[in-house]
Amino acid sequence: MTILFRRLLTTILLALALTAPASADEAALRATIAKFATVKGFPATEAIVRELAAAGDPAVEKPLAALADGNLYFRKSDSAVFIGAESGANVKLSDPLTGADAGEEPKASVSKVRVNNGLRRTIRDLLGTLTLGSDDPAVRIAAAETMFRNADPTAIPGLDAAIAKETVTSVKAKLELARASAVLKSDLPEAEKLVAIELIAGRGDREALSLLTAYEASTEGTLKDAASAAVTRMNSSLAVWAAAQNVWFGLSLGSVLLLAAIGLAITFGVMGVINMAHGEMVMLGAYTTFVVQEIIRTSFPDLFDWSLLIALPLAFLVAGGVGLIIERGIIRFLYGRPLETLLATWGVSLILQQTVRTIFGPTNREVGNPSWMSGAFSLGELSITWNRLWILVFSLAVFFLLLFVMKRTSWGLQMRAVTANRRMASSMGIRTPWVDALTFALGSGIAGIAGVALSQVDNVSPNLGQGYIIDSFMVVVFGGVGNLWGTLVGAFSLGVLNKFLEPYAGAVLGKILVLVLIILFIQKRPRGMFALKGRAVEA
Amino acid sequence: MSARLFGSDLRILITISILVSVAIIVPVLNLAVHPDSAFHVPPYLVALVGKYLCYALLALSLDLVWGYCGILSLGHGAFFALGGYAMGMYLMRQIGSRGVYGNPNLPDFMVFLNWKELPWFWYGFDQFWFAALMVMVVPGLLALVFGWFAFRSRVTGVYLSIITQAMTYALLLAFFRNDMGFGGNNGLTDFKEILGFNVQADATRSGLFAASALALALAVFVTWLITTSKYGKILIAVRDAESRTRFLGWRAENVKLFAFTVSAVMAGIAGALYVPQVGIINPGEFDPANSIEVVVWTAVGGRGTIVGPIIGALLVNAGKSWFTGAIPELWLFALGGLFVGVTLFLPRGILGLWDQWRNSGGKAEREASIAEEKGIDPDEPPPALVRAQSGEQSGTWTKPGSGPEPQPAE
Amino acid sequence: MSKSGTILYLDGVSVAFDGFRAINNLSLVLDKGEMRAIIGPNGAGKTTMMDIVTGKTRPDEGEVFFDGLVDLTKHDEAEIAMMGIGRKFQKPTVFESHTVEDNLLLALKGSRSIFPALFHRSSAEEKKSIDGILGVTRLGDKRNMLVANLSHGQKQWLEIGMLLAQDPKLLLVDEPVAGMTDAETEETARLLKDINETHSVIVVEHDMHFVRELGVKVTCLHEGSVLSEGSLDFVSADDRVVEVYLGR
Repeated sequence: MTILFRRLLTTILLALALTAPASADEAALRATIAKFATVKGFPATEAIVRELAAAGDPAVEKPLAALADGNLYFRKSDSAVFIGAESGANVKLSDPLTGADAGEEPKASVSKVRVNNGLRRTIRDLLGTLTLGSDDPAVRIAAAETMFRNADPTAIPGLDAAIAKETVTSVKAKLELARASAVLKSDLPEAEKLVAIELIAGRGDREALSLLTAYEASTEGTLKDAASAAVTRMNSSLAVWAAAQNVWFGLSLGSVLLLAAIGLAITFGVMGVINMAHGEMVMLGAYTTFVVQEIIRTSFPDLFDWSLLIALPLAFLVAGGVGLIIERGIIRFLYGRPLETLLATWGVSLILQQTVRTIFGPTNREVGNPSWMSGAFSLGELSITWNRLWILVFSLAVFFLLLFVMKRTSWGLQMRAVTANRRMASSMGIRTPWVDALTFALGSGIAGIAGVALSQVDNVSPNLGQGYIIDSFMVVVFGGVGNLWGTLVGAFSLGVLNKFLEPYAGAVLGKILVLVLIILFIQKRPRGMFALKGRAVEA
Repeated sequence: MSARLFGSDLRILITISILVSVAIIVPVLNLAVHPDSAFHVPPYLVALVGKYLCYALLALSLDLVWGYCGILSLGHGAFFALGGYAMGMYLMRQIGSRGVYGNPNLPDFMVFLNWKELPWFWYGFDQFWFAALMVMVVPGLLALVFGWFAFRSRVTGVYLSIITQAMTYALLLAFFRNDMGFGGNNGLTDFKEILGFNVQADATRSGLFAASALALALAVFVTWLITTSKYGKILIAVRDAESRTRFLGWRAENVKLFAFTVSAVMAGIAGALYVPQVGIINPGEFDPANSIEVVVWTAVGGRGTIVGPIIGALLVNAGKSWFTGAIPELWLFALGGLFVGVTLFLPRGILGLWDQWRNSGGKAEREASIAEEKGIDPDEPPPALVRAQSGEQSGTWTKPGSGPEPQPAE
Repeated sequence: MSKSGTILYLDGVSVAFDGFRAINNLSLVLDKGEMRAIIGPNGAGKTTMMDIVTGKTRPDEGEVFFDGLVDLTKHDEAEIAMMGIGRKFQKPTVFESHTVEDNLLLALKGSRSIFPALFHRSSAEEKKSIDGILGVTRLGDKRNMLVANLSHGQKQWLEIGMLLAQDPKLLLVDEPVAGMTDAETEETARLLKDINETHSVIVVEHDMHFVRELGVKVTCLHEGSVLSEGSLDFVSADDRVVEVYLGR
C-alpha cells in the first residue's frame, strides 16, 4: 500500500508539476487571447499578438496561425475567443489552444477577429522565432533565417540560450548568424559588432550583402570601415559567382543551339543545301512531344515521366520522315542550285507552319516537364535548374552519338566522302542520291529530337522554328561547314558570348552585337572556323 | 536591236510608256471623273495600286543584284524600311502640334516616353529636301559598308544570303526597341501632311500614285541603261563566272558593290513612296520574311529581265490581297507553294518562259556550230581522226541544251 | 640566280593542301620573250603552279617574281592580271550569257574602273582590235552569237582570243589543243609562235606532237617539282621522264 500510495503521490505531484505551471501559463495565455474579442484597431491587435508571442510558448502557434488565416472568431454574446471553420450557415468552433470541439454557432452570432497584411507579416515573423525550440532541425533553421532577416536586439538572450543547447552544427551556424544580425542592431560594444560583421560577411550571399550595406550606411568610424571592407569583398566574390552563372547560362544556351544547329550543319556539309525549313523540323519534334503528352495525359497518366523518352524516337521518325519527303520530292530536283534550294525550302517552311497552325491552332500549347526535370539545385551561389542540366547532357550525348555515326559507321564514311568530293565519291560507287536522301532525313530527325528537348524550355507554337533558324545559321557559318566539332565549338562560343554581352548590352543589343561580330568574323575566315580545305572543296 | 536582246529593248519602251500613261490617266480618272461613272477609279484602288507600284520598284531593285549579279539578298526589305523610316520621320515632324499631345516639336511617342527634346538624328527631318536625301543616303550607306565587308571577303552564295538575312534581323531587333527613338514597336504613324498637302486627301493620293509610277518608270530606264552598258556586261559576267573576271583584271567586289548600293538606293526610294500611301511604318518591315517574299515576286516574274519583277510583284501582291480577303488561312499555303513551284518548274519566271518559247532558235544555232566543227567544210581533207572532246565534264549539273542560265555566283 | 631579264622567276616554291604537297621546292625561270612547254603526268602540279603565278593560291614558301621586280605573292588575281599575266584555262571558262564580241570586249586591255565602264562607248580602235582577233580565231561570222551555243572547240578558240585581247606580257596557256582536230592543232601552234614574237608564253600540254611543233625548251614536272628540263628530245630520252610519264 505504501508503495502504491507513494507512486500515486508522485504521479499526482508530477501531474501537478506539469500541469500547474501549464495551467498557470495557460490561464495567462487564455487571458491574453480573450483580449482579441475586445480589441479595437490593428496596432492594438498587434500588441496582443506580441504579448502572446513573448511568452515563448509553442502553444500560441495555433491561435496565432488561425488569426493570420482569418479563422479566429469571438462570440458576440460572451466575447469568448475560438478558432472557427465555416460550414454552411454556421461556424464550427474549437478551442484556440487545444483545438477541442466547442460546438457550433450561427454565423450571425460570431464575429471574425480582423487582420491585415502587416499583421500577418508580424505574426509570421513571430511564429518564426517561436519555433527556435522545435524538435525539427529544419524548422529551427527556418526560424534562425527569419530572425537573421528581421534583426531584433531583444532576441539576443533567447538566441544565446538556443545556441548553447544546439547540437547540430549547421543549425548552430545559422543561429550564430541570426545573433550577429541582432548584435549589429543592439548597443553591445564595438568589438562584438566587429566580430558580427565578419561572421555575416562570411555568409557571402545577397541577403548578407544587403544587410551589411544598409548597416554601413547607418554607422561610422571603424565599424563603417569594417563594414565597407566586408561589402567590397562580398561584392567581388559575388561578381565571380555572377560570371559563373553567366557561363552556365551560356553553356545552357549553347547546348540548345547545338541541338538546333547540328542537323543543319550535316545537311549543309554533305549536300551544300541550306534548309530553311530546318526550324520547322524542330517545331514538329516539339509538337510530337505535345501530342504524346496529350495522349498520356488522357489515357495513361502514370506514364507522364516517361513521356519524353517515348517522344524522342517518335519525333525523330516524324521529322526525319518529313525531311525525307522534302528531299525526294523537291530538293533532289534542285541539285547544284543551292540558292534555289534555299528558296524552295523556305516555301516548305511556310507550308509546314501553316499546316501546324491549322491543325493545332496558332497559340502556345502546353508541354510539361516530367518530375525528374523539374526544380533546381544550388552549387555555391549558382542556381542550376534540372531541365537545363538535362538538356546539356542530352545535347552532348546526341553530339557524340553523331560523331560515332560519322566516324565509325560505313554510312558516316560515305557521308564524309560525299562532303569532301562528290564526283569522286560517285565514281567510286557510292550512291550519292541515297546518301543525300538519308543525310537530309538524319539532319531533320536530329532537329526533331532537338524539338523534344526545346519543348521543355521554350513555348511550343507554330513559330517555334523561326526563333532558332537564324541562330542555327550563325552557328553553322561561324563553326564552319561539314565539321561536327566546329559546330560544337561554334554553338557553345556563341551561347556564352551571347550571355556575356547580355548584362552589359541587354538581350536584344547583345544579339545584334553577336550578329555584327559574326559578319566581321567572316572577313577573316570566310568559310568559318573549321573549314574543310583542299582544291576539291569549292562550296 | 541584236538578236541577243530578244526584243527586250522594245519591252522596256513599252513598260515605260505604260507607266507614264498610267501616271497621268489614273489621277485623272480618280479626280476628274464622276464617282458614278464606270471609268472612275476609286481612291482605295489608287492607294492599293500605288502600293503595288512601290513593291514593283523594290522587286526591280532586287533584280539588279540577283538577276544580273547573282547576289541573292534576303535583306532588301531593310533598305526599303530604312527609306520608309526616313520619310516617316519627315512626316512625323510635319504633324507638329496637331498630335495627340500637342507638342509642336516632339512626336507623340517621345512625349509618351517623357523625352524632353528631339534626339540629334531627327534634326533636319523637318525639311523635305533633307529627308529626301536621307531616303537615298541611309540605305545606300548601309549597303556600301555591308557590301564592302561582305564582298571583299569573297563571301558568296548561301553564306552571303544568310548574312544579309542576319543584317535585316539585327535591324528588326534594334528598331523594335522603344528607346531607339524611332517609335519602337508602334512605329511612326498618324501622318497629317506631306509637303503641305493633306496625306489623306484624294488629290494627294493620286499625286503619290503618279510619283510612284514615274519613279518606277525612271528606275526601269536607269536599270536598262546600267545593264546594257559595258558595266552591265561585266556585272553579268561576274554573275556567271566571277573568278574568270578577276583573271581578266576586273575587281569583282567593286562591281558588286556598285550594283548593291544602287539597288539599295532604289529600294529606299520605294520605301519612301510606300509609307505615305499606307500611312504607317513599323519595325515589322525589317522582318526577314518580308525580304524573302520580295524574292518570290522577282522569281515569278522572271529575274534578269527588268520587266519581269514588275509583273511578278503586281501579280503576287494582287493574289495576296485576294487571298487574304477571301480565304486568309490558305494564303501561306499558296505563298509556300509558289516558292516551291517557281523554283522547280518556272526557274526563269513567266517572262523567261515567254522568251524561251520565242527563242527556240538558239538550239538551231548550237547544232549548226557543232556540225561546222565536225568538218562539213569542203576545203578540208576528210579528217583522219576527230579527237574526243576531252574537256567535257561528266556529271555536270546543268541540263544539256538548256541555254544560257543565270547562275548563282559561286 | 639573277632575276633581271626574266619574266617569271620561281625559286623553292612549295605549297601543301591539308598535308598533301602539291608543289614541292619548285624552281623555274622564264626569260623575257621565251616560250616554254610544260609537260608531266596528272597531279604533277602544273595547274597549281599556274594558280600560284596568277594569284589564286598563295605558296607556303619560296619566291615568285614577275618581270624581275614584282613579288606576285603579295597581289591578288585582278592585280596580277592587270600587271600583264593572262591565263587560258584547261576547261574553257568563257561568259556563256554573252556574245562572242562581248566576251572579247570584256577581255580587251584597258581600264577596269566601274564608272568609265558605265559610260563606255566603243572606240574605232577597239573595234579594230576585236575585228583582228575575230579574224585570227576564225570566229568572225559568229560575232553576235551567244557563246553558250558555240561548240567546245570554238569556245577554246574564243578563250585564246580573249587572251589575245588582254595583250598580257606573259601568257599562261593550259592545254590549248584539247579537243581540237589535227588541223586546228597546227593552227594553234602557228598562232602561239606568232604570239611568242612579242610576248612570253608558257604552254602546258599533253599532246607531244603539238609540243614538237612548238619547238621550244621543255620542262617536265613530277610530284610538284622539276624532273627534267631541256629540249624535247633531251627530256624524252630521260629515263625518269619515260618512267613516270611518256612510257616506252
